[in-house]
Amino acid sequence: MTELLVGTRKGLYDYRGDPGGRFEPTSRSFEGDVVEYACRDPRSGRYFASVTNPFYGPKIWFTDDPAGEWQQATGPELPEESGASLVRIWIVKPAEDDGHLYAGGDPGVLFESHDNGATWELNRGLWDQPTRANWSPGNGGLCLHSIATWPGDPMRVSVGISAVGCWHTEDGGTTWEWAAKGIYPRYAPEDVRETTMNLCVHNMHRAPLQPERLFMQFHGGVYRSDDGGHAWTSIAEGLPSDFGFPLVIDPADPDSAYVIPLAEGDRMTPDGRVRVYETRDAGASWKERGDGLPQEDAHLGILRQAFDRDGEGESMGLYFGSTSGEIFGSPDAGASWSSIASRLPLVTSVRVA
Amino acid sequence: MAVVMLRAPLKDLAGGESEQRVEGGSVLEVLRELERRHPKVRGWILDEQGGVRRHVNVFVNGEMTREDTPIDPQDRMHVLPSITGGDVA
Repeated sequence: MTELLVGTRKGLYDYRGDPGGRFEPTSRSFEGDVVEYACRDPRSGRYFASVTNPFYGPKIWFTDDPAGEWQQATGPELPEESGASLVRIWIVKPAEDDGHLYAGGDPGVLFESHDNGATWELNRGLWDQPTRANWSPGNGGLCLHSIATWPGDPMRVSVGISAVGCWHTEDGGTTWEWAAKGIYPRYAPEDVRETTMNLCVHNMHRAPLQPERLFMQFHGGVYRSDDGGHAWTSIAEGLPSDFGFPLVIDPADPDSAYVIPLAEGDRMTPDGRVRVYETRDAGASWKERGDGLPQEDAHLGILRQAFDRDGEGESMGLYFGSTSGEIFGSPDAGASWSSIASRLPLVTSVRVA
Repeated sequence: MAVVMLRAPLKDLAGGESEQRVEGGSVLEVLRELERRHPKVRGWILDEQGGVRRHVNVFVNGEMTREDTPIDPQDRMHVLPSITGGDVA
């Protein structure tokens, strides 16, 4: 049985089912609120939901039973003297050390918890970056949406921020280095493309078996890094569009990545066809993986946190949700797909619990 | 002490009482005192900067107010979400 946590514009849905079959909803929480992201920490079994109430602002909630009562976490919040307010939390991510979690949000902010997510504190190293006053938001805000930990080493973490590129720490978040050599922001004026910090990262994941390797979906571009995220190489050749938001990797294969290309103009699936693309050679070539997905008059948007996987290898499950409220699943690493849930509100995130 | 009227979910965060008697000489002071008495309210009405959240309205004796509006002990304060509708969602 697979459990999917589906965040939507109108609440959190917990779907359960067997890979390859239809999934059924088992609970709905935060009915009137935007659930930006929800996940389960496999170490503690605790569920987390990032919820933005349109009136009362962003909060992190946690529970041991998604069908039961949720408890509001203390924090996260910005320093009063900063003059800034927290807009939303984009991601909650378990760290490498016990009881430690990260949460990333807007405005380009990282929080940490050392008590399994009950209380959260600002990471001052990233917050106090001298360049922060010049950081520019993307269309979705100044969002820290990707957190790539380094397996077995809690000191080394990379984060992706739209639109301030990627940042790396090797001392557990005390100091951070900005590095993004090789990324080509074609939306920027030609004379600043080599130097601008205004890099709109859409998603970033680390290959756990080869942790110096990262894959990135950029705002116009798909990239791979083999040196921990300092230098990047374009691997978009062969895709119908290099624009998109989410990205998934097979943890058993450091040469693997999956993207869902969208047209850059309307940010919908190109040509009315829904296709997932897979590489198994680190981006040298891409294979279309759309068998069972709508191939006519299908204009779907898929947001950056709305794609996830379960397991690894040939039996890896893949799941993504659309802005039109449908969830698609594959039980065989993208070889075949089916609709597993539909008629939901706009899907903001999909995570396998 | 002024009377602060709360609706769900704020009422639930403030111990289930929709009518709270709270001290303070201004709207901000009353809301800060409400947060002090009921820590779960913290972050729901006021943001990190001490401003009333953009989509929350505070009325005193039927008039919409700002954070620095003076409060008298006989005043009645309503804390309400903005009227919304017609967004994409």
